[in-house]
Amino acid sequence: MSVFAAFRTSLATLAVCSGLYTGLVLAVGQLVTPATANGQLVMLDGTIVGSRQVAQKFEAPAYLWPRPSAVDYNATAAGGSNKSVANPELRTRAEALIARYGANAGRPLPAELATASGSGLDPHISLDAALWQARRVAAARGVPEPAVAALLRRQAGMQPRASGTRRINVLEANLALDTAFPLREAGG
Amino acid sequence: MFESLLIPSLVIGGTALLSVPLGSWLARAMNPAPADAAMARATSLFAGVAGTAALPGQDWKAYAAALLTFNLLAFLFVFALLLVQQHLPLNPDGHGALSWDLAFNTAASFVTNTNLQHYSGEQAMSYLSQIGGLMWLQFVTPAVGLAVLTAVARGLAGRSDLGNFWIDLQRATFLVLLPLAILWATALVLLGVPMTLEGAATATTLEGASQAIARGPVAAFVAVKQLGTNGGGFFGPNSAHPLENPGMWSNLLQTIGILLIPMACVWMFGRILGRPAHARLVFIVMLGFLVLKLSVAMVTEAAPTVAFAGLPVTTEANLEGKEVRLGGAASVTWAVLTTATSNGSVNAMMDSLNPLTGLVPMVDMWLNSTFGGIGVGLVNMWLYMLVAVFLAGMLIGRTPAYLGHKVEAREVRLAILALALHAVLILGGTALFAATPMGAATTSNPGPHGFSQILYEFTSASANNGSGFEGLGDNTVPWNVATGIVMLLARYLPILLPLAIVGLLAAKPRAAETAGTLSPEGPTFGFMLALTILLFGALTFLPAAVLGPVAEHLAHS
Repeated sequence: MSVFAAFRTSLATLAVCSGLYTGLVLAVGQLVTPATANGQLVMLDGTIVGSRQVAQKFEAPAYLWPRPSAVDYNATAAGGSNKSVANPELRTRAEALIARYGANAGRPLPAELATASGSGLDPHISLDAALWQARRVAAARGVPEPAVAALLRRQAGMQPRASGTRRINVLEANLALDTAFPLREAGG
Repeated sequence: MFESLLIPSLVIGGTALLSVPLGSWLARAMNPAPADAAMARATSLFAGVAGTAALPGQDWKAYAAALLTFNLLAFLFVFALLLVQQHLPLNPDGHGALSWDLAFNTAASFVTNTNLQHYSGEQAMSYLSQIGGLMWLQFVTPAVGLAVLTAVARGLAGRSDLGNFWIDLQRATFLVLLPLAILWATALVLLGVPMTLEGAATATTLEGASQAIARGPVAAFVAVKQLGTNGGGFFGPNSAHPLENPGMWSNLLQTIGILLIPMACVWMFGRILGRPAHARLVFIVMLGFLVLKLSVAMVTEAAPTVAFAGLPVTTEANLEGKEVRLGGAASVTWAVLTTATSNGSVNAMMDSLNPLTGLVPMVDMWLNSTFGGIGVGLVNMWLYMLVAVFLAGMLIGRTPAYLGHKVEAREVRLAILALALHAVLILGGTALFAATPMGAATTSNPGPHGFSQILYEFTSASANNGSGFEGLGDNTVPWNVATGIVMLLARYLPILLPLAIVGLLAAKPRAAETAGTLSPEGPTFGFMLALTILLFGALTFLPAAVLGPVAEHLAHS
């Protein structure tokens, strides 16, 4: 009887594929690479300040800002804008970002800072997009721009390159900025 | 530009090379020689698992009946699981039950190897539903496809029965998918993909806000998602999510996973038939289509987005919906491969591709056979082959025969029925939803792109692909029910009809292949096959393509 065979085959495949296989991969993750297996959480003074792999919102001038997020950096409901390239809302959003960043024809905004990522949680920006923000970050921290730029270049050297673009992990760079050029009381 | 073409060429070329030895393994595991002692032990183990029904060879009707029984049970189990997940363990984030229509759509989607997702994983699914329901189907549904291809090949090779479904299903699950998944999952874990049963972590950001970060048993899920032409992501944005695909090495591994088994299926087919030269020709035709589509997409996506014309923004390629760590070339490559194979996972948002780039995945899914889903993609291709030899019979006066099997009107009618079903489901569904608020009120983009969103959704459902123009508000009762039905029809009829054709062919005496028949290993056959695919696949959908992506491109260029 075919129903009988269906039950037995289902149970066997469930036990092996959902049970044993999951357990095996779980064991590898928790024993060999526990830090990344638990989401690459970053601790600072005993509290979790975020995940190295997940963008968080930065709005203060003293920090590098990540790419725009269609889900407002909600890491329990990730997603992109899903706007078509001809959708006028993309242009409206870009205009608001240009105003916020203070970009102009002489100093155009790097494209990735005007576009939302697919996940809404892209933890990286290119080195160019980081250096573009160095002037604002340096002014807010009261340090010379070349010092901030040098720190960002060192940060970019720590990231593996993808298809020729040097990039920066925004959270790591901001932690390094806080260490190298601490904010005063009202520094934000 | 050189670098952006180099990497996709290496990925496709390298995977093609890997697929040859894997194809040999598939042939040995799925259809072992009687003298193969190790495989004989595995077969008797699998027969023991399945119980008394397992031993006899099945004709096409018995094979199909077993297949449908298993699929019905799997569907009911996962449908029920999704409705009661809130009462079950492994639900650290406290997700509730799915609505009946979403549970129906999701169970239909995963049991048909489609993985269309009208939910977002981290917002809707308990870990038990992900691992014990959806991931289980991600193992056994590609196994069903591989079993069907094996059965078809056995019938064509002249065996009196098609084998035994229960044994084939376990061979494909345990000997093909499981070892590869263990390999891929282990590598993904080491490359930084999470694997934990802990719920979301709560962080206090540097600016003092609270951020909850969803996690879970991601690596195990993602490995088989990629390898099994499944495509259903752990998180909503699939492999665009930085925890699901943390960097270029994980991306490379996942890209290879999309293509590997579909390519190996071709070599397995050739080995079971004992016709390696025929398999080589079919492989070349499939690869030709794939390279052509990828080249077009690379060119169209290199154009900067029209959205920012005249604004002070640097004009690089279109970066909306893409990730910095992956880059444009890797996103386009993925978009083409995932739709060419019925995988349906994404690492960039399809909705935000340039209009003509967005057309390429649709063409991929309209053809649905280069390379197509595991097992079933090549079965689709085989239907095109039957039509091609029949056309060749009329056009160039050859006796319509395939490997000595006389192809007559009855078989060709069934083949065309299976192929035409695809067009009817896509175009009929799109017409109905575009003309009524059921579809028109759910699009998120203006103008022709809104139409494209509806067209893409039905295309993806009927191709059992699962990718989407995800801006579409598709978690509604009409969308859930309609695409659920389309996925079921588009999965099982193109499995049952080819099995029936094999049954018809096997009942007729085989003739010798002569100079009067079209050689399945020669260039004429390859040319006729490509022509048939273009005639059926491309021309049928041309009007819809013009109304959607082409109109959008012309309006904004």
